[in-house]
Amino acid sequence: MMDDKHVMTMLVDNEPGVLSRVAGLFSGKGFNIESLNTGPTVNPEVSRITVVTKANPPVLEQIEKQLRKLVNVIKLRSLNGPNAVRRELVLICVQARADQRAEVLRIVDIFRGKIVDAGLEHFIIEVTGDEDKIQALLNLLKPIGIKKLARTGPIGLIREPN
Amino acid sequence: MEMTGAQILMKILKDEGVETLFGFPGGAVIDIYDELARTDIRHILVRHEQGAVHAADGYARASGKVGVCLVTSGPGATNTVTGIASAFADSVPVVVITGQVPTHLIGNDAFQEVDIVGITRPCTKHNYLVKSTAELARTLKEAFYLARSGRPGPVLVDIPKNVASLKANYEAIGEVRLRAYNPTYHPNRKQVRQVVRLIGESERPMIFGGGGVILAGGAAELTRLARRAQIPVTTSLMGLGAFPGTDPLSLGMIGMHGTYRSNMSTANCDLMLAVGVRFDDRVTGKTDSFASQAKIVHIDIDPTSIRKNIPVSVPVVGDCRVSLQLMNDMLDDTDMGDLSTKRRPWLDQIDEWKKTQPLAYRQCANIKPQYVVEKIYELTRGDAIITTEVGQNQMWAAQYYLFDHPNRFITSGGLGTMGFGLPAAIGAQIACPEKTVVDIAGDGSIQMNIQEMATAVQYGLPVKIAILNNGYLGMVRQWQELFYGKRYSATRMDSGPDFVKLAEAYGAVGLRATRPEEVLPVLQEGLSIRRPVIMDFVVEAEESVYPMVPSGAPLTEMLLV
Repeated sequence: MMDDKHVMTMLVDNEPGVLSRVAGLFSGKGFNIESLNTGPTVNPEVSRITVVTKANPPVLEQIEKQLRKLVNVIKLRSLNGPNAVRRELVLICVQARADQRAEVLRIVDIFRGKIVDAGLEHFIIEVTGDEDKIQALLNLLKPIGIKKLARTGPIGLIREPN
Repeated sequence: MEMTGAQILMKILKDEGVETLFGFPGGAVIDIYDELARTDIRHILVRHEQGAVHAADGYARASGKVGVCLVTSGPGATNTVTGIASAFADSVPVVVITGQVPTHLIGNDAFQEVDIVGITRPCTKHNYLVKSTAELARTLKEAFYLARSGRPGPVLVDIPKNVASLKANYEAIGEVRLRAYNPTYHPNRKQVRQVVRLIGESERPMIFGGGGVILAGGAAELTRLARRAQIPVTTSLMGLGAFPGTDPLSLGMIGMHGTYRSNMSTANCDLMLAVGVRFDDRVTGKTDSFASQAKIVHIDIDPTSIRKNIPVSVPVVGDCRVSLQLMNDMLDDTDMGDLSTKRRPWLDQIDEWKKTQPLAYRQCANIKPQYVVEKIYELTRGDAIITTEVGQNQMWAAQYYLFDHPNRFITSGGLGTMGFGLPAAIGAQIACPEKTVVDIAGDGSIQMNIQEMATAVQYGLPVKIAILNNGYLGMVRQWQELFYGKRYSATRMDSGPDFVKLAEAYGAVGLRATRPEEVLPVLQEGLSIRRPVIMDFVVEAEESVYPMVPSGAPLTEMLLV
């Protein structure tokens, strides 16, 4: 069975140790974590955790059931598929000497990125998007020279019904 | 009302109907112990904190109530970990209260400080660090609620010293509700109806009952189902007692050391009703060949148990007792036709398996361990509470003591914790003072918590310890004999102690049998004494447990006597 990528999001009690319970579940049971992301919600008592995992269908079923079993996990939803919006923020420090600057700026423009820091030999680029877009950008910047990279991993929301 | 944390704790314990605490004091819980002395809650002072948790576990299993223990911070807390993990593996409702250093010292590497909440996160159902006295009452109520509801399990509450000593306003807490925790007790009716239909269509059905049936109080409904629909029943180690072991429909235990007829039935059935089980690897053997001709119905209150190890045809999430009751009620309204004719070929086949390969052992000049268990069964008329250690002693107890009632067989099934039996027997004896409680032990396991003899003596608990003394770590020795060319690496234990003298040193009674004809008199005497007794049975050293399915092999590949 193929290990496919799955993005899932959960609302959890905003308490100490909850992130550790979620992360510990993955490590303790040998599940895979590609990225994990946590932040506040409008309700101060509730946080949101978004996890990307790679798993085949039976393992994915176990991951979802095990997460739901945690006393602090209030709600768990899959963010796979078209009814969810997924975005990731990336900061890329790219090499940019005089002869490279124009090309970098052109690429950044195509991907609707922003330059958030500039030096004599580098730019730091800020870009958001879905995974495909970010991968495409990285593919273009790689030959120029990526010095440093920071990715948030995807976050997402289910679309509201119209 | 203003109360200290320690007073609040006592108040909640009383509210929850706690009569007995198993524990061991220390600096971080001294305020709690001071308050405890002013209540009528009985405290059993164990000799090691691991013993406290096993005793609370045995108490919970024998009584059906939540077992509670109280220990201090640091080493007191870490010593409970094996007990907690054992209770977690067997889904036993236990609340463990640990002391902690004062809140302002947490994180300081203070004296006897340890992050017990972090350590026990993966082996508790849930755990808490209480940061202020104001939240103590609610936290404790939640802990008891979580421990006993849904799939039960151990819950740990870590209470810093100042949380216990400082005052806060206490208000009575009503019913506990947790927004993210709602166990499903009532199964989907459509699913249950489908199960009833499958039972009607099946030619060769069997029931596989586990510890979940006993935990849910579902043994009577399971028995009703089996007898009504004429379905033979096997159980896991944890499920012994969920169906009467002496009933003609009983197949005995399944799995690695299960009976021939049970494992053959599993391989040949066309429908398996698995109730309150989790398909442990010691049960299934090679999963691909497990019940490979059967549609499998899996009933369990914990959705994570379903389709974890074995694919199933019909999943039913619900309480075992409620689900079985619904199934029985539906069956009562169903015409099952002439069941005795329909089941005859299947039940005849099972009888044939039973006749050709019964559980058996060969007598010899030395005492056979199986013989000791048989005699314990006869002398206690099958009515004792049996605890076990882990290994060969545990398997022989499971095979040769037939349990007609639930909550009588108390063993560390999931974690396989050597040293479980004696403290668990102490807990069971406190829960059931009138019952005969026997720990069927090995000479290896008993030494892992032998210090609890002092506890049994201090409180006059007449637990009986029957040591099947073969001078080996027998189960590992058996594996070495069968699969590792008889290289007995580190399994010989030939230095004693002299268990009779040891019993006497503790102030208990010690008896010994070295020849088969001494077994009965020793048991008769030992079982009749209303004091703690160690009976040392010097048994055939290299006896092995049969049948045996080698690890990872299909259930049909049994090594037989």
